[in-house]
Amino acid sequence: MRQSGRFGEFGGAYVPEILMPALEQLEAAFLDAQEDEGFQAELAELLARYAGRPTPLTRCRNLGAGVTGGGAGLKDAINEALRDWTASFEQTHYLLGTVAGPHPFPLMVREYQRVIGREARAQILEYEGRLPDAAIACVGGGSNAIGLFADFIGDEEVALIGVEAAGKGLDGSDHGATLLRGSRGILHGAETYVLQDGDGQVSDSWSVSAGLDYPAVGPEHAHLKDSGRAEYVGVEDAAALDAFAQLARHEGIICAFESAHALAHALAVAEAAEDEPVLLVNLSGRGDKDVAQAQKLLGLSA
Amino acid sequence: MSRYDAMFERARERREGVFGGFLMLGDPDRARSDLLLDALVEGGADMVELGIPFSDPIADGPVIEAAANRALAAGIRTADCFAMIADFRARHPEIPVGILTYANLVSARGREAFARELAAAGADSLLVADVPLFEAGPYLSAARDAGIAPVLIAAGNAPDERLREIARRGGGYTYCLARAGVTGEREGIDLDHGPMLALLKAAGAPPPILGFGSRRKRRPAGRVARFRRPNEGGDAARLTPIQRPRAAEDFSACTESPYRLVRRHVSSY
Ligand SMILES: Cc1ncc(COP(=O)(O)O)c(C=O)c1O
Repeated sequence: MRQSGRFGEFGGAYVPEILMPALEQLEAAFLDAQEDEGFQAELAELLARYAGRPTPLTRCRNLGAGVTGGGAGLKDAINEALRDWTASFEQTHYLLGTVAGPHPFPLMVREYQRVIGREARAQILEYEGRLPDAAIACVGGGSNAIGLFADFIGDEEVALIGVEAAGKGLDGSDHGATLLRGSRGILHGAETYVLQDGDGQVSDSWSVSAGLDYPAVGPEHAHLKDSGRAEYVGVEDAAALDAFAQLARHEGIICAFESAHALAHALAVAEAAEDEPVLLVNLSGRGDKDVAQAQKLLGLSA
Repeated sequence: MSRYDAMFERARERREGVFGGFLMLGDPDRARSDLLLDALVEGGADMVELGIPFSDPIADGPVIEAAANRALAAGIRTADCFAMIADFRARHPEIPVGILTYANLVSARGREAFARELAAAGADSLLVADVPLFEAGPYLSAARDAGIAPVLIAAGNAPDERLREIARRGGGYTYCLARAGVTGEREGIDLDHGPMLALLKAAGAPPPILGFGSRRKRRPAGRVARFRRPNEGGDAARLTPIQRPRAAEDFSACTESPYRLVRRHVSSY
């Protein structure tokens, strides 16, 4: 490895020895691509012409506040993927869709997600003439949140707020609030926060949203929490569902259950504020996948 | 002399290799696990490798994962495992005991405390399946400070320089992967071990132990015996019993002949 893969004391690469050559190969390819002007130009072109970036910032005036918005468990899926990879690494790439896992995944996923914060920062400066008071995103493994935060980390006046799934309540065990209720451990290749018992056996997590139902978290969030740069809060299933319904009703936007957690917290902050704060909320995904479940949970018929 | 050194010495005198067996501590429950451990010794194992069950064993296939889940479902905790190791040590003073587990269980107790408790229980070595050489530094020193040999894994795909470092820093024995993939899923040994074993030997590594699993209950060692004739660079083998025996007698019956067979067919290091 060319780098330690550490974010403060967190991160690293805790994998069976046999996977190290594959991680090293990936790290080398990633770091080379970062320096490769041809690759970067092609990526920028694809983002602009194919993905239609930049994604426009949306203002949500109707919600009342100044809000702007930009499975079986994940744990078991990652276990199986890592097992498969220890046999198939010669022919297979392991694609982890979040900033968890061994180095270089947390670094690599952050670098490809930071386009979120880069675009949002430029646009909010243009619209509001200033930086937001807070950037708010949900945290499962932590990729959409790190993507939003990355370009604001140096802006001390911008509060970075990660919203974890408080599920059925933080006092019980049915939640996915790893940073709020977990402790330091090692899972899926990284040293990070983990929901676990005193022996280190990993607990089951819970959330109404599959994407936040994960008992670990990306190591950079563990570092942002311990260093105090970011703050992490919990939003329960019911509050997230309520925010989901409000956004649909008032703005005609159907967002993912995951993203509704971030929105719910933003609404609470806006309500509690005396002035009119500028809040940047990452709507990390569309809610098409969640509509059927929402109808059931909200007691609506199709 | 350490128990591993004494075991390898005895094997050299016999001009044989050594053969060990793996079991998950506490599977299917504490009382029956004790019986199975004794059966492993009665069956002829020269060394035993014992797993401390972890909820998310990413280096293990479905067989060992199921064993860990049975042990956890039976309420087995890390402290129970230490107690079982101590009991086993009292019953079997000479046989080397290696522990195989995962980083999160070690870090939850603290690396130093974990190693000290293992040493107090009478274990000889510790292998942490998800700690590669890249992260091994603090694990190696915690084990050595407690008098526990830190076993490292040598994978056939590792670059030579890494194998030399594994040779230099590992202790007890060198765990050589028989093939890619998780434990116990496929038959056979498909990595080419000749060059790796020669390199390890030249670098002064602790004696190599080849790790593999077998689906077959009876005579699982036939393939190993065919695979490696004596004096081909020399290695020994670790047997992962894939079929869970229903009773201790059953287990003795199924391990006895393969253990002897393998011992005769692998050369001493
Ligand atoms: C729409 C959406 N948002 C957020 C997440 C949570 O993942 P992360 O924390 O990595 O952004 C997921 C995960 O599946 C998701 O689908």
